[in-house]
Amino acid sequence: MARSFSIRRQRGFTTIAMICFAALYLPIGVLVFYSFNAGESLASFDGISLRWFQKAFENKQVIDASLRSLQIAAIAAVVSTIAATMAALATTRTAPYRGLTMKYAFINQPLMIPEIVTAVALLIFFARIKIWTGYAGIGYLIAAHTAFCIPFAYLPIRARLENMDLTLEKAAADLYATPWMAFRHVTLPLLWPGILAGFMLAFVISLDDVVITEFVKSAGQDTLPTYMLGQIRRSITPEMNAISTLFLGLSILVVSIFFVVNRKRA
Amino acid sequence: MTHVADVIEAEKSRDIRTRWLLSLPALLIILAAASGPLLIVVAYSFLTPGPYGDVVWVPSIEGWINVALQQDIFDGSLSMADAHVSIFIRSVVLSLATTLLTLAIGFPTAYFIATRRETTRELWLLLITIPFWTNLLIRTFAILEIIRNEGLINGLLMRFGLISKPIQMLFTDGAILTGMVYVYLPLMVLPLYASMEKIDFRLVEAGYDLYATPFKVLRRIIIPLVKPGIIAGSILVFIPALGAYVTPSILGGGKNLMLGNLIELQFGQGRNWPLGSALSITLMMIVMIALLFYVRNAGGQENRHG
Repeated sequence: MARSFSIRRQRGFTTIAMICFAALYLPIGVLVFYSFNAGESLASFDGISLRWFQKAFENKQVIDASLRSLQIAAIAAVVSTIAATMAALATTRTAPYRGLTMKYAFINQPLMIPEIVTAVALLIFFARIKIWTGYAGIGYLIAAHTAFCIPFAYLPIRARLENMDLTLEKAAADLYATPWMAFRHVTLPLLWPGILAGFMLAFVISLDDVVITEFVKSAGQDTLPTYMLGQIRRSITPEMNAISTLFLGLSILVVSIFFVVNRKRA
Repeated sequence: MTHVADVIEAEKSRDIRTRWLLSLPALLIILAAASGPLLIVVAYSFLTPGPYGDVVWVPSIEGWINVALQQDIFDGSLSMADAHVSIFIRSVVLSLATTLLTLAIGFPTAYFIATRRETTRELWLLLITIPFWTNLLIRTFAILEIIRNEGLINGLLMRFGLISKPIQMLFTDGAILTGMVYVYLPLMVLPLYASMEKIDFRLVEAGYDLYATPFKVLRRIIIPLVKPGIIAGSILVFIPALGAYVTPSILGGGKNLMLGNLIELQFGQGRNWPLGSALSITLMMIVMIALLFYVRNAGGQENRHG
């Protein structure tokens, strides 16, 4: 029997979709595959080996850069999530008030401006402050990361809040809960998945950032991505594949947790 | 009566004050480390370059003139800055091409996902989301590994004796385009999917009942229905592509610059911060125009179909 007619079918679309999925994963697959290559060349696979991973772990620059990345991402994600949670509480479940639209635009502004422009702006601004204060530490990177993480943390928290109904909090208020108690015992537990999702997005976004970090960092403040960018421009060894594989693993882990947390909501 | 109204009014203004206090940290952080410094860029674009980078506080519009024109060092006459103009053109053309190619690949892919059963749909969607949240640098590096002279393609071709010396694929416009299509593809698929998910397939059925061909159904029913997704996806790809820095600097090398690299150059070797600032603002203005176009076209559409 001929294939039954489906109104949803469009000729060739499935083929293109399959090519698309293959094209998305093939390069990443090659990258991961060759991180286990015993040899150095991409032309031949000389057997499975962990030597490039070992080499990466023995590389002090890689370790330092990774720790710095994690430190910045952790602080930036915590601060931006707290700020974004407060901002989300302030901008949802309310009749429009003066300044509300301005707040939306302002919070989402880092998403609209090309990253290179923000990077340049911060380079100029922080260069001045460095001269005035003499401080050249990691604080500039943390401040910059916190700022561009806020809109990412804000999105899932706001979405979660908008789906929550107000009656539970009103009930708490009827039972003489103070606003703080109502927040602590009613709103916060319900909002928790959104906050967690926002935190994880912020963490990944900070961890992945290249452009702003590249412009803001002082000498000796490489994060893992800027270290990798520098290495890629100089010379490439499979050590880069090994580092990339580990980095990919971490990102996929965080995204999967994010997915699970978000699914529970549905 | 008025007393009650006063109480309600007072309650309301207290609520708004709380809301301002709550949003203050986020607003201040963004003002200090994202939005505020943009104003300084505007100011710097009207100053004179310092000898070792930075600026001296002498007003000048030279930065802006140099965006498109260059001064002859001997007779001081102005002519088109061909290098800058060609970088502008390359950036716009490559970004448009990236947008069109991601649309051509992303549309069928999003349609495929949207027409799966609901249980498997989420899995396909996850396959798009994972690259979306994967480091852009690593994905660019993955493309580099495949196309560089010592890379996978050339390595294999030479090993099988099909070519004797590597084909130069890296450091070309084609390499930048390939890389950008690869890294921005998820940005196109996700909004397309969001609007395709909402398609009412009874409309499609009605089309077939009226003897439309599958192509006609696609063109006259499906595409008009998902237009907001097409516009949103195009904007989401076009804007970062235009300001791309990492992908062209790795795959385009030192010669095939895009706007992002030209801007960086002014703050590095070029030591012309006012020009770099003027270029940044130019880029931002192009992006604003694109966003305005989006608000005009998609804003109303979404509401109507919403």
